Amino acid sequence: MGNLDLARWQFAITTVYHFLFVPITIGMSAFVAAFHTAYLRTRKPEYMRLSKFYGKLFTINFALGLVTGIVQEFQFGMNWSNYSRFVGDIFGAPLALEALLAFFLESTFLGLWLFGWGRIPEKLHNACIWIVHIGTLLSAYFILAANSFMQNPVGWRFNPETNRAELTDFVAVLLNKVQLVAFPHVVTACFMVGGAIVMSVALFMMRRHRRSEERTEDIPMYRKAVKAGAVVTLIAGIGVAITGDLQGKVMTEVQPMKMAAAEALYDTPPDGQCANFSVLSIGTLDGSEAKEIVEVPCLLSFLGTGSFDGKVEGIRDLEAAYQEKYKDNPVTYSASYVPNIPVSYWNFRFMIGAGVAAAAIAALALFSIRKNRVPMQRWWGPLLVIAPLAAVFGNSFGWIFTEMGRQPWVVFGVYTTAQGVSPSVTSSDIIISMTVYTLLYAALAVVEVRLFMRYVRKGAEPYEPVTQHEGEDQLSFSY
Amino acid sequence: MELTTVWFILIAVLWTGYFILEGFDFGVGMMLPIVGKGKNAAETEKRRRLVLTTIGPFWDGNEVWLITAGGAMFAAFPHWYATMFSGFYLPLLLVLVALIVRNVGLEYRPKRNDMTWRRRWDLMIVFGSVLPPLLLGVALTNTVRGLPIDQNMEFTGSLLSLLNPLSLLGGVTHVVVSLAHGAFFVALKTKGDVRELARGLGARVGVVAGVLVAALLLWLGVASDGTALTWATSAVAVVALVAALAFNRRGAEGAAFAGTFVTIGMTVATYFLLLFPDVMPSSTNEAWSLTTTNAASSHLTLTIMTWAAVIFLPIVLAYSAYNYWVFRKRVSIQMLSEESAPQIERVES
Repeated sequence: MGNLDLARWQFAITTVYHFLFVPITIGMSAFVAAFHTAYLRTRKPEYMRLSKFYGKLFTINFALGLVTGIVQEFQFGMNWSNYSRFVGDIFGAPLALEALLAFFLESTFLGLWLFGWGRIPEKLHNACIWIVHIGTLLSAYFILAANSFMQNPVGWRFNPETNRAELTDFVAVLLNKVQLVAFPHVVTACFMVGGAIVMSVALFMMRRHRRSEERTEDIPMYRKAVKAGAVVTLIAGIGVAITGDLQGKVMTEVQPMKMAAAEALYDTPPDGQCANFSVLSIGTLDGSEAKEIVEVPCLLSFLGTGSFDGKVEGIRDLEAAYQEKYKDNPVTYSASYVPNIPVSYWNFRFMIGAGVAAAAIAALALFSIRKNRVPMQRWWGPLLVIAPLAAVFGNSFGWIFTEMGRQPWVVFGVYTTAQGVSPSVTSSDIIISMTVYTLLYAALAVVEVRLFMRYVRKGAEPYEPVTQHEGEDQLSFSY
Repeated sequence: MELTTVWFILIAVLWTGYFILEGFDFGVGMMLPIVGKGKNAAETEKRRRLVLTTIGPFWDGNEVWLITAGGAMFAAFPHWYATMFSGFYLPLLLVLVALIVRNVGLEYRPKRNDMTWRRRWDLMIVFGSVLPPLLLGVALTNTVRGLPIDQNMEFTGSLLSLLNPLSLLGGVTHVVVSLAHGAFFVALKTKGDVRELARGLGARVGVVAGVLVAALLLWLGVASDGTALTWATSAVAVVALVAALAFNRRGAEGAAFAGTFVTIGMTVATYFLLLFPDVMPSSTNEAWSLTTTNAASSHLTLTIMTWAAVIFLPIVLAYSAYNYWVFRKRVSIQMLSEESAPQIERVES
């Protein structure tokens, strides 16, 4: 493996891992904040208990999201120094703004919220956790603006004197049409994750208490959390579908190759015919044999263009056009402009399938808890594990699809991934760091999941009223 | 003033802020086995919990100064960011590993009442608190000293070219000063035995730190052609540390902490003053050095970033100050919450 492949693998490992925690942080912070607000509004102890319960689970995740995020920021300079030089003028700004506007907010106000029980006026204290949530959204906005530039470069020009891309219009970068559909798509997908976790954890506790006949008085409290989580998962799921559809159309326009790869559509359908969408395929995806076994007529045309007879271009035509357009420039030269088809094809379907699965389980959960029922069927056990995992991995599949589908480009139509690697870094450097990250991340994943499950099983702590005090009393939260 | 100069100053401020703020929480992490050592296991655990509680609401925000410094370098001086981060590849990998295990340790340590679990994370916290100031100190000193950089702004040295006496002195100095700074912070924020122990530690470590800072700044100033201004900032750094020791003796811990605050601030400021107008001088050929001009972003990017910094940096400083103000009171062992108390404390006390 050369430096390019090693650096790409490292980026894939560290980024996919980081993005397991990001949607949990974005989605769950809203629930923690909302339960806290519900307590202040109603003064019902159960909401305070839920806020603290999910708050603990949230902080277990936040810790890993934050530290793996620092790796992300350093990685551009470490493994992709040529890329950093070429696009730093445009790409660096949203990253710096993310730190300045979002990370300071998240870290400072999470500290205030965790340690501030009884120390800060209660409304201000509740505002702290909302500010954390707003920080996570701001962070998502800036990092997605940076990514959207890579998907669809706007607001820039090439400066031949400095030999790099330079910013011409920052507003265009922030309001990139890819960004305007990607941000709501990612955020709603994050809410699906938050909702699915809140729902599954609470349903798990309901069943546990009913089975053991202990703490059954807590069942109505968890029932509220199941309902809140399931409703948010469903509504967010609808949002994910709508924004995903919009994103597909924008992507067909700016990166037709990615969408053709998503369907493994090799040949442009003849005039007057529409493009079909295959739900399942067998056999090869290299275009040599027929493969579709379940196919929805004209659906790809509709997904890509909004019309059932819309024209969708095939991989072969696009490849020929890209060869013509890009092969003469050393910065844009690539032997092939076709992304990895099986990866694109399957991740696209896994993404959709995972989202549908999470939403379906949420709907089933809502139905099963009607009229104060506690669903005790055995098959709920695995479903409660599948729902949050499907939501989280749905995010991963989506990102793998959108990043792999853009290859060989790092900035579409401007700069290839191969150009971006650090020239001064040796392959042994990357192998060392990749080994270290992989082992460390794997160990932390084990520790994290076990700790998370431990806190799930402990359940919500008994209610303790918060008394406002100054200094001398016992701390309500300390190490 | 040129915008490139403004951004050089801002990045210097961010790094200085980082070394000052995370400096004390690194120091707090390092002293865990020293100040956090009692007559028996139960007392040891209580002291450690108290020591860590002093930085509880702060360390996370302090760390963002590093992330912001990195992001600001990327945005304002992409070449500086690219050359530095790819050049210091393995040291930065170690910094990242150290920060990861340290942060996870701080978050996860109190989450189980099992002493084996807590002792293991304590090790991680100590390891993760010593390594970053050491490695970042080595990296920053090397940057001022000059590194082998070619005409394409690429680092051409190896890990060995980073290991020279001056840079190692720089690394060790940052560790020791951070430890003194952390000791004064704990002395300022606690009551009882721990406060006295921290004061004693600060007094002892502070002397070593003073000698190291003086030696480092003298050597660096001679090696990198110090100006009147850098000799002045160097002198202030040393005087502030001497003053810190004097205040500490008299029990004025706030003033002592302010002293090491100034020492670290002036030390890092001296680094950046020695650097300017270069950002990464090349020891291979002076003409190949990265400067505030040839490493910078376009005027438009710098203008936008300047507006963002002018508007948002004061806001960040304001709410950070509010955070420090809310948790300004001293804490004591008696005040620690029951919730995260391990079994051992309940049995033996």
